[in-house]
Amino acid sequence: MSTAARDADAPIHPVSDSQTFRRGFRDLQHGFTQRELWLSLGWQDIKQRYRRSVLGPFWITIATGLQAAAMGILYSALLDIPLREFLPYVTIGLIVWNLISASILEGSEVFIANEGLIKQLPSALSVHVYRMVWRQMLFFAHNMLIYLVLLVAFAVWEDLSWTVLLAIPALLLLLLNAMWVSLVFGIFSTRYRDIAPILGSTTLMLFVLTPVMWTTQTLTEQGGQVAERARLAQIIPTYHYLEIIRAPLLGAPVAAYHWYIVIAITVIGWVVAIFALRNYRARVPYWV
Amino acid sequence: MTEHVRIDTHDAWVEFPIFDAKSRSLKKAFLGKAGGAIGRNTADVVVVEALREITLSLREGDRVGLVGHNGAGKSTLLRLLAGIYEPTRGSAQINGRVAPVFDLGVGMDPEISGYENIIIRGLFLGQTRKQMLSKVDEIAEFTELGEYLDMPLRTYSTGMRVRLSMGVVTSIDPEILLLDEGIGAVDAEFMKKARRRLQDLVARSGILVFCSHSNEFLAQLCETAIWIDHGRMRMSGGIEEVVTAYEGPEAGAHVAQIRRELAAEALASGEGDR
Repeated sequence: MSTAARDADAPIHPVSDSQTFRRGFRDLQHGFTQRELWLSLGWQDIKQRYRRSVLGPFWITIATGLQAAAMGILYSALLDIPLREFLPYVTIGLIVWNLISASILEGSEVFIANEGLIKQLPSALSVHVYRMVWRQMLFFAHNMLIYLVLLVAFAVWEDLSWTVLLAIPALLLLLLNAMWVSLVFGIFSTRYRDIAPILGSTTLMLFVLTPVMWTTQTLTEQGGQVAERARLAQIIPTYHYLEIIRAPLLGAPVAAYHWYIVIAITVIGWVVAIFALRNYRARVPYWV
Repeated sequence: MTEHVRIDTHDAWVEFPIFDAKSRSLKKAFLGKAGGAIGRNTADVVVVEALREITLSLREGDRVGLVGHNGAGKSTLLRLLAGIYEPTRGSAQINGRVAPVFDLGVGMDPEISGYENIIIRGLFLGQTRKQMLSKVDEIAEFTELGEYLDMPLRTYSTGMRVRLSMGVVTSIDPEILLLDEGIGAVDAEFMKKARRRLQDLVARSGILVFCSHSNEFLAQLCETAIWIDHGRMRMSGGIEEVVTAYEGPEAGAHVAQIRRELAAEALASGEGDR
């Protein structure tokens, strides 16, 4: 050990590369290679929540199923839509919405919640993000069992065509979005602790404004001013995310513009995420 | 293995921004920028300079002890060397797989069994599941926990947890080993066993940085030392020299004596082998 560099090995150029794109990308890449770690941690998260309960993670399925059934029955009466149409609509809407809102809410807390690990173990920041997204995927998979039941019970499969496959790229897009959302909001809400509560209330507002419990169709059919107002749903970004995955699963057509909007937001979000990673990645351990 | 295991820092600073409730909220940041007159800017945030002007380079084979008062910055330096804190000024370059042993409890899940914790802990330290599965029997034997390993970790006593995490940490082959003190809480017999394993681990690792208040430990594991004082490197050199400067000639003599005994012991066992 010496305080001066030894001549044998050339001294490393004393320029910090903490705030470079290269380090940002390397973080994402390193995190991904540690997948054995986050895959098991994600599973562990779910198993731990339902440890010692008889049904285990299937409580996720039951909870969502009950909520969807109650809302489906109530709202189909309120909105005067046949239950056979409306229940699958609400159920899938809820399942996808759960994924969206959890990505935003847990994503914004992703670094704060892992303070201990971040301060004790050197690992890529993205490990925590991958773990969170993987956990959400597992929740989603459990909830999709309800969809399978609906397929048979309400003969939804009769409406399906090859377009159901579009749900797969749609889901992948959703997960890509979950990643940038948790990187961006995760980093900034670690610095500014007000962001998490702001997102909490915003998500609640989005839930009401996004056609999860209601359909844009019923509003448009009323015509006149109400129909005009229905078009306001178009400015709600989560509407488009929901649509590209719900419609294929119900065998309904998807207008291409939903896809374009989602893809555009994904690209913009990732650009922001990469800049956030470049500039603030190294600051997160200082902020948590 | 990484080709050149090395750590180089050049004029590295670690400064913690202290956001009180006011400056950590968005409202203040926005109002501050809009108002202007209040004169809030980024430099206005209170900053604690935990480490200043740290320039050092460590190479394969270095065994460095860290001494200094509480709050001098020893643990922060270990975190800088681990790559957890990237310097706010200056630079730090770390080549090699780092195994930090700071807090033995982090990454342990109380709800899962001891076996599962061994695997997870190993994954955290950069091992693969396969590697850990091949080591699990050996670790189980070392910990002497027997059937307890099938029980959830929450049923363990503190000492049993320490055994478990010591077992995992000492089973891997780190290139850079960073040890923070506070391994205590195990019974004497186990400690003797752990110490041997720790020494083997140190022998296997490329670089060791060890932070401790125990001169005995330092003398056993380290060749050189750095004295950290108020976030600066006050002195660096041979372990005896630094301990003498830090704690006085008596402590220095104690260190020298332990080192002589160790050398004699090593010589004796070396001859015994032949």
